[in-house]
Formats: sequence, structure tokens, C-alpha cells
Amino acid sequence: MDLRLEGISHRYDGNAVLEDISLDIPEGQIVSIIGPSGCGKSTLLRIAGGLERPTTGRVSMLGDPPPGCLNPLTYIFQHFALLPWRSVAGNISLVLEDHALGTAERREIIADVLARTRLADFADALPRQLSGGMKQRVAIARALAVSPAVMLMDEPLSALDSQTRELLMDDLIALWLRAPFTGIYVTHNLAEAVRLGHRIVVLSRRPGRIREIVEIDRPLHERGIADADLEEKQRHLWTLMRDEARAADMELQDG
Amino acid sequence: MADRTAGKTGEERGAKGRHYREVPFRGGGFAPRHIPYVGVAVFVVLIALLEAGARSGVISNLTMPPPSAVFVALVELAQSGLLWKHLQVSLTRLAVGAAMGAGAGIAIGILIGLFSYIRAGLLPLVAALFPIPKIALLPLFVIWFGIHEWSKFALIAFGTFTPTVVATFGAVDNVDRSLIRMGQSFGLPWLSIVRKIVLPGALPGILSGLRVSLAIAIILLVAAEMLGAEYGIGAYILEAGSLYDLERLFAGVTILSLMGLGVSWLIGRIEAMLLKWR
Ligand SMILES: Nc1ncnc2c1ncn2[C@@H]1O[C@H](COP(=O)(O)OP(=O)(O)OP(=O)(O)O)[C@@H](O)[C@H]1O
Ligand SMILES: [Mg+2]
Repeated sequence: MDLRLEGISHRYDGNAVLEDISLDIPEGQIVSIIGPSGCGKSTLLRIAGGLERPTTGRVSMLGDPPPGCLNPLTYIFQHFALLPWRSVAGNISLVLEDHALGTAERREIIADVLARTRLADFADALPRQLSGGMKQRVAIARALAVSPAVMLMDEPLSALDSQTRELLMDDLIALWLRAPFTGIYVTHNLAEAVRLGHRIVVLSRRPGRIREIVEIDRPLHERGIADADLEEKQRHLWTLMRDEARAADMELQDG
Repeated sequence: MADRTAGKTGEERGAKGRHYREVPFRGGGFAPRHIPYVGVAVFVVLIALLEAGARSGVISNLTMPPPSAVFVALVELAQSGLLWKHLQVSLTRLAVGAAMGAGAGIAIGILIGLFSYIRAGLLPLVAALFPIPKIALLPLFVIWFGIHEWSKFALIAFGTFTPTVVATFGAVDNVDRSLIRMGQSFGLPWLSIVRKIVLPGALPGILSGLRVSLAIAIILLVAAEMLGAEYGIGAYILEAGSLYDLERLFAGVTILSLMGLGVSWLIGRIEAMLLKWR
């Protein structure tokens, strides 16, 4: 299933936040979105998943979601959004309970996604007992449980320390290599954007417009940490971003 | 710091002749800790002081009865069998009235929290009802519900209702919006979001609201029992007061305090049971 954004513009009480964003996310690809703070990345992601209505423009799904898909557009949030009163397994069960699944089937799905995120031993733990990295893996497991067609990720690693981030990035890549998913990956981190994205969309400062789309041909499994090619792309992205970021920073000081 | 030399005193001279001082600790406090028995000790010391004061004559018996005399009055009350009668009547009133008031309060509070129209309609009404001293309405309740039990239930219920409403809708408002967003993003039906996200998320706030509401219920229980009640702790206190029988008056007050402690303990148990996840 592809996702298509057409002419998305958005304003909050008169303030333009996004302007005329059109973007195709073909099945099996991950699109990274980067842009200066406040340029509307999170807003765009909320619009893409139907959590917010754009002022103009529309989002459409092309084709059928994969068989067994319970929630085509599924988010992974920056701050995990786990229910603190439910165990790890309970948090995953939450998103399955309203679907017509047998108890055995539900248990099977939970066991499967916990195994895929290496959390099988923590099924009964409460969120407060988990480290940040584990919490985000629970959130990833929860997202996998509904077999999404598109994963919408809003800075999923930015609340984690840099080592954990590295490990979780490896996890995401491994998950993608095993079963390529479609995704939008919003981040501030250029290295992450380059590591995971097939295409990288650079937004201008507010109101966010598409400034450039950078393609990265190298397959995900061939992207190492110290890769001259990728570093070149990353440098290019930074030159694109720098002026925007600086201007955005000034804007906040003026406002 | 290469020039550090070993030493026990706070200030010394290092190899290069520089002073070095240990960094003083200044990070303590501002974090409540659980300290057992201090609460009990405060009670014990206070009672001992009162007793000593009364025995030595510093405190006259007319102003304050010695705790031992109050204790004797309590024992007498228990032996006469009247204590259980009073307690049973009072606890029934408290339970029925508080259950009605808190139940309705939680229900209305949740509705106010969930529906904008109900909020717009009822919030001003609740704000208007809240500051009314409910005791002032007792005569009205007697006219409406009769002099017997129902006017007492109504007073206690009404008195617990308003604080419970306010605590409950505040608790619903404070539920983490990002969790609700998460529920919506996974396509959970409205009722599931309410049942599985909003209500559990509001529970801590509702329970701490109940602590206040139930203390108010005990206050109103006494007020209600001062009018047209034969039995009940309030009636007992009123009778003792009108006879200037300070021992029995304080015996009654002691019972009320114990009831308050009991209610607080009960809610503590419920919290420990339902809020294990915190
Ligand atoms: N609900 C809202 N109401 C009004 N203004 C909002 C709302 N949400 C976001 N905004 C404003 O819209 C702009 C874009 O916000 P958004 O969160 O989408 O930016 P972002 O690119 O995700 O920023 P960041 O990089 O800091 O996460 C910001 O200026 C923000 O203040
Ligand atoms: Mg954001």
C-alpha cells in the first residue's frame, strides 16, 4: 500500500505551518523527514495518519493494506505512549482487544512481536521497570502487532541516550530487512535520516515547504556507520539545513 | 587534579601550594520519605503532656479533661453496649450518604470531563453549589426528606458530591493526552479509550479527591446527627456538650478522629491495591 500526500497546507489560527506539501511514499520505502525546529514535521505526521485535519489538501492510501493488517497507519511516538498501569504484554494486548481475534491468536501475536523485539522475558514487567530503550521496543512491538501498512515515526529515538539509539537503529533496520515496511521517519538527526531513509525530504523553516528531496540508492543493509558516501550526503543535508535552522532560531528570538 | 594529597581534614595544601577543599554536599531535602512511628510518637507525646498537665494541676479539669478520664469514659461507653449502637448507626449513615454522594459525584465528574456540552452546562452549577455550607441546608432537607434517616443521608451525600465532582473532572482533564492520542491512532473505539485509558488514568486523582470528600462526610455526619437523632456519635457528642460533660465530649471526638484515620487507612489500602503500577 502506498501513501500519497497531495497539496497539504496547514495553519493554526492563521499561522501557516505547512505549505503545499505533496509527497508519495511507495510501498516498502522509508521516507525520512528533516527540517528545523517548529517547521511542522510533527504536524505533517499527524495529518498523514489522520490525527489532524489539514486546512487544505488530502492524504490517500493507494492499494490494499497487507493481509492481516489491523491498523494501516500506525505510529511510534517519541515518548513511547505506554499505559503505565499495563504490563508489557498488556500494552500490546490493548491494541488487539477490539479486534475479532481469539484468545489463542492474540497470545500468539503478542508472543511473536515480543520475540521479534527481544522482549520475551519482560512480558509481565510494568513500564516503570523498563529502561527507555526497552520502552521504545515495547512501543515498536505494539506497532508490529497490528501489522501496519505504514509506520509513522515521530523522532522515535530522540528521547534515548546515544548508545541506546544506535542499538535501536540497528533493531529498526533488522526489522525492515526481515519484512520491509513502509514508513515516514521524522527526525532531527541527519545521521539517522541517512541511515534509515530511502529518500530524505528536507523541509524549509516555518511555514514548512519541501526544499529538496535527496535520494539514497544504497540498500539499507549496506549502510555502515563510517560510510564516505553517506557522510557526503549528510554534509549536503547539513548545508541545506544550516541556514534554515539558523533563521528559524532567530525567528524564535524575535517572536 | 594531580596535586591532590590524601588527608582527612576539609582543607589542605596540595603539592603546588594550592588550597583544596572538599565540595560540600548541598543536595538534600525536598523529597518526602516514609518515616514510620513518628506519627504515633507525636500522639503519644501530646497525650502524655496533657495527662501530666492535668495531674499536676497546670491544666484545670474544667478546661481540659485528662486523657485517662476520657479513656475511662470510652471504656464505660463500650461496656454499656451503647458504643456499638452509636457506631453502627453512624457508620451506616456515613456509608450510605457517602456512597450516594461520591458515586454520583464520580459519575457526573466523568461526564463533565468527557463531554463539552455537559461541562458547559454543569460546571457553573457545580461552582455555585460548592461554596454553600451544606449544614445550612439541613432544615431544608428535613422538610424535604423527613426528620429521620433520609435527611441525614441527603446532607452527607450532598456534601460529598461537590468536592468529588471537582476532583473527578480535574482528574479526567489531567489524563495524559498523548495516551489518548495513542489510543485513537490505533483505532480504539471511543468506549475502549474511556474504559482502558481515561478511567485508569483518572483513578489516582479520583482517589485522592475521595480522601477530602470522606473527611467532609464525617464532618457532616456529626452535623446531621445534631438534629433529630437518638443514636449516633454526633448525638452522643451533642448530649455530652449540653451537659458540659467534657470527658464524654472528648470520648466522642476521639471516636470521630479514629473514624477519620480509619477512612484514610481504607483509601490507602485501596490505592495500594489499585495503583500498584505507580
Ligand atoms: N495544536 C497546536 N495549536 C497551535 N499551534 C501549534 C499546535 N501544534 C503545533 N503548533 C505550532 O505549529 C508549528 C509546527 O509545530 P510542529 O510540532 O509540527 O513542529 P516540528 O517540526 O515537529 O517541531 P520540532 O522539531 O520541535 O518537533 C510550531 O510553531 C508550533 O508552535
Ligand atoms: Mg515535532
